[in-house]
Amino acid sequence: MTQRIFVPRDASAVSVGAQRVVRAIEHEAQSRGLTVEIVRNGSRGLYWLEPLIEIESSGQRIAYGPVRPEDVAGLFDAGWLQGGPHALCHGPSEDIPYLKRQTRLTFARMGVTDPLSLEDYRSHGGLKGLERALAMKAEDIVAAIDTGGLRGRGGAGFPTGIKWRTVMNAGGGQKYIVCNADEGDSGTFSDRMLMEGDPYCLIEGMIIAGLAVGADTGYIYLRSEYPEAWDVLEEAIVTATREGVLGDNVLGSGRRFDLNLFKGAGAYVCGEETSLLESIEGKRGLVRAKPPLPALQGLFGQPTVVNNVITLGSVPWILAQGGEAYKAHGSGRSRGTLPFQLAGNLKHPGLVEVAFGMTLRELLYDFGGGSASGRPIRAVQVGGPLGAYLPESRFDLPLDYEAFAAVGATVGHGGIVAFDDSVDMAKMARYAMEFCAIESCGKCTPCRIGSVRGVELLDGMMAARPQQSNDDTLLRDLCQTMLDGSLCAMGGMTPYPVLSALDHYPEDFGLAPKQKEASA
Amino acid sequence: MPSTNQADLLPALHQLQERFGYIPDDAIADLARTHNMSRAEVVGVIGFYHDFHRTPPGRQRLRICRAESCQAMGADALAMHASERLGVEFGATTADGEVTLEAVYCLGNCACSPAVMLDGELHGRVSTERLDAILAEGRGT
Repeated sequence: MTQRIFVPRDASAVSVGAQRVVRAIEHEAQSRGLTVEIVRNGSRGLYWLEPLIEIESSGQRIAYGPVRPEDVAGLFDAGWLQGGPHALCHGPSEDIPYLKRQTRLTFARMGVTDPLSLEDYRSHGGLKGLERALAMKAEDIVAAIDTGGLRGRGGAGFPTGIKWRTVMNAGGGQKYIVCNADEGDSGTFSDRMLMEGDPYCLIEGMIIAGLAVGADTGYIYLRSEYPEAWDVLEEAIVTATREGVLGDNVLGSGRRFDLNLFKGAGAYVCGEETSLLESIEGKRGLVRAKPPLPALQGLFGQPTVVNNVITLGSVPWILAQGGEAYKAHGSGRSRGTLPFQLAGNLKHPGLVEVAFGMTLRELLYDFGGGSASGRPIRAVQVGGPLGAYLPESRFDLPLDYEAFAAVGATVGHGGIVAFDDSVDMAKMARYAMEFCAIESCGKCTPCRIGSVRGVELLDGMMAARPQQSNDDTLLRDLCQTMLDGSLCAMGGMTPYPVLSALDHYPEDFGLAPKQKEASA
Repeated sequence: MPSTNQADLLPALHQLQERFGYIPDDAIADLARTHNMSRAEVVGVIGFYHDFHRTPPGRQRLRICRAESCQAMGADALAMHASERLGVEFGATTADGEVTLEAVYCLGNCACSPAVMLDGELHGRVSTERLDAILAEGRGT
C-alpha cells in the first residue's frame, strides 16, 4: 500500500530544512523497500514545529515535528507510517490545540491540500463561491460582501463592498482587479502562505471581484522577495487557464477573466496602492495624490479595484457560505476573521486565524506561549513597521479596528511582533525613522526630509540619554508634521511607532520616566 | 519583438538583472528606445528600486533581514557577525568578488526569525554558526 506523507513546500518550512527532510525520507523509504508518496502541502502555520511532517494513517493525519533529516531513520524505526509514538509526535494534526482553537475560514484548506491540485481544491469547497457568483447579478455579489462586513485586510480596513460598488458604478469601459501582494511589513506572512499554500483561493477571489465590478483582467503585484509564491502562482494560473477557470469562458459561463503576474522590485512603498499602480505602469513607484481614487482612475487611468491578498482570499468563503455566516464572527464593526501572524520573540510563532475580538494577551500567551527567550515580553508591535508599540498595560485590548484606533494603534495586516525586555525602544524608534528614510518614495517633504531629521534627532537623544536630560518637544513636533502633512501612510504613520515608544518607554530615551500621561 | 510599452519596462529590467546580475550601461539606450522612454527616465526607474543595480555584484548575494521581527530574535548580532566575517559593510562586495552583503527588510519568514537569503535561497532560524555553514556551502568549501 502506498503511504502518503505530507511535507510542506511553504518557503518558511523549506528555510528550516523541509527539502532535506524530503530527501531523507525518500532515501530511507527506498533502503527499506517501502513505497511512499510525498505530497507537498502548504504549511499548517505551526512554525515552531516546522518542518512538520504528517503521516496519513487510518483516515487521520498524524503530525511529527520539528523533523530534522537525522531524525528520519528513527521515525521509520518507531513505526511512524502506522502513526507510531515518538518524541516528535504530536498526535492527530487536527487535535493540536493551537489549530483546534482557531476559526479557519480563509485558511480552511491551508496545509490540508496539495496547493496545485485543482481537484483537491474543488473537493475541499473550492470554486463554490465562484459558481454562486456566476449565477448572481453583480449588485448581489457586492451586497453579499457588504453583508459580510469585509474590510480591507492589507491594513487600512476600508469596507470592501464600498470600494467594489464605486468601481461597479464607474461606467462600462476597461476595468482592472489588482491584487496587492507586496507584503512588506515585518511580522506578516499570511499573504505569502495563502499564495504558496492555496493559490486557487486567491485566483477565485479575483475572478469573483471581476464579475462584481465588470473587470475582465487582473494583476497580482507580487514582491520579488517571494520566489516560491511566484512559482506556485505561475503554475496555478497555467492550470486554472487550462481547466477553464481562467480565460475567455470562466467555468463555461461565457465570461472572461485573464490574470497576469507582475513582479515587484524591492520597494516597500509599492505596497501603497497608488505607488503599486505606478510600478505596474513601468514607472518609479511615486505615490499619487488622491483624488482621483484608484476606483475611478486607477491602473492605466481606468477604474480599478486594489485589494490585498487576504481580502480577496476571504471572498470565496463569503460567496459560498453567505455574508450572514461571515458576519456571525467578529466584534463591533470588525466582522469575520483575521489571520493573525505571531512573530518575533515568541515561543510558538505562527498563523492564527481567529475572529476579531480576541485580546493581544490571549494571542501572545495562549497561542504564542510567551517569549522564546523566556524573558518578559516588554513591547509588542502590531500592524507592521507603521504600527504602534504596545506595552503590557495594553495587552487586554480586544483586537478590532476601532478599539486599536481609539488608542492610536492599528491592527493593520494582523502582524504581531513581540520583543522581550532586552529591547531598546529608542533604537526601535530610530529604526522606524531610518526605515522610512530608506523606503520613502520622496514625493512629499514631511516623509522624505522628516524621516532623515527624525534619525538625526534620535541619534542625538541616544548619545545624550545617560544624563537623562533629553527633551522630546522637537521630535514630537516633527512627528506631528509627518502625521498631518504626508501624502500616504508611509510618512503619515511612521510617527505611530515613534510616539508610542516615547509615550510608553520614556526611560529608554533619557526622558524622566512617565513624565506625562500616556496618550497613545 | 520588443515592446514599445513602458509597462513592460520592469519585466525587462528583471530579465537583465537576472541574466547579468546588474543592468549594464550599454542596455539603457536600447531600453529607452524599445519602451518609448528617455534614457533619463529609464535610469530613474532603475534607481528607484532596490532590486536593480548598475554595477556588477559579487558572485553570491547574501541578504540579511534587518526588520523588526528578525531584530527581536538577534538579527543585529547576526548582521554584525556577517559584516565582520566577510570584512565588508552592508551594500559592499568582498575584495575577492565572492559575496555582496545586503540588508533586506522582511523576507516573510518572520515566524522563523532571524532570516537570510543567499542567492534566492531562504534560510530561517539562522544562528551565527548556521550563517557560517551557509556561507561555506555557498562557496563550495
